[in-house]
Amino acid sequence: MNTTATTDSHATEHGLSTAGYVRIALILAAITGLEVSTYYVDFGRLFLPALLIMMAIKFVMVVSYFMHLKFDNKVFSWLFYTGLFLAVGVYCAALATFKFFG
Amino acid sequence: MWFTLDNLATAHETHEGAAHSSTGLSNVKLGMWLFLGTECLLFGGLISTYMLYRGRVGTGPRPSQVFDIPFTSVSSFVLLMSSLTMVLAVSAAHKRDDRSTNLWLVITALLGATFVGGQVYEFTAFYNEGMGFSTSLFSSSFFVLTGFHGVHVTVGIIMLLALRGMLKNNKVPGSRAETVEMIGLYWHFVDIVWIIIFTLIYLIPA
Repeated sequence: MNTTATTDSHATEHGLSTAGYVRIALILAAITGLEVSTYYVDFGRLFLPALLIMMAIKFVMVVSYFMHLKFDNKVFSWLFYTGLFLAVGVYCAALATFKFFG
Repeated sequence: MWFTLDNLATAHETHEGAAHSSTGLSNVKLGMWLFLGTECLLFGGLISTYMLYRGRVGTGPRPSQVFDIPFTSVSSFVLLMSSLTMVLAVSAAHKRDDRSTNLWLVITALLGATFVGGQVYEFTAFYNEGMGFSTSLFSSSFFVLTGFHGVHVTVGIIMLLALRGMLKNNKVPGSRAETVEMIGLYWHFVDIVWIIIFTLIYLIPA
């Protein structure tokens, strides 16, 4: 440990341990492998919902654990998810516009 | 008057340059999350445009004719792993372990550069297969979306390397751990955008 580093009151350990982060990364890698397998294996009607669910799980895991939203103040979650839901709203509005006026 | 704005500002600086808002939250962190929220809107617009135009290929190649899923899967894996190395850099910074912080920052930048290199190769291959920027609505929206993402990764690499240099020369203003954490938040954001792009654009056929 470097003792020359400046004093930092944020230095308190938060989030997961190194082993915890590696575990999360391994789960993410496994899910990515499953996602890629849908390109080679026919999942039938499950194809689209399975891909979307796996994408959502990966997204939430990175945001919660790597970006520490799970351990941080809820205000940060509100700021981020407000932007995200507005973005989904933009997509729905654009889709509706094309459907009705396109 | 003893109670001035300067006094108020000083009162909110709880430690070494890390100013806190009246809520007790870090101003820098609050600003970064607000910025990431607006970035969601930017990429939301670009992804929406691609999803609406991906079927309009005109005389150009279709997505399934040009996409190289095994290659993009490896690129995705590389970017995903860079998120792990980034969080390890943040963790090391919180422990004031400068050596590990520097190491993980450099590895993250290298993984990011590998991803960008893969994207340049992919764009070149697409161009050689007859898919230029203005070939079709699909190609235009694809290049704008993935190009914007590539620019974000490149900016992230520059920030990582600049941060590494600043840490080495002891020139980081304010809290070191918080600065590394903010760059980390940006990097993870770039990763989660790719998680969406990889599934919606590459794996789900038009």
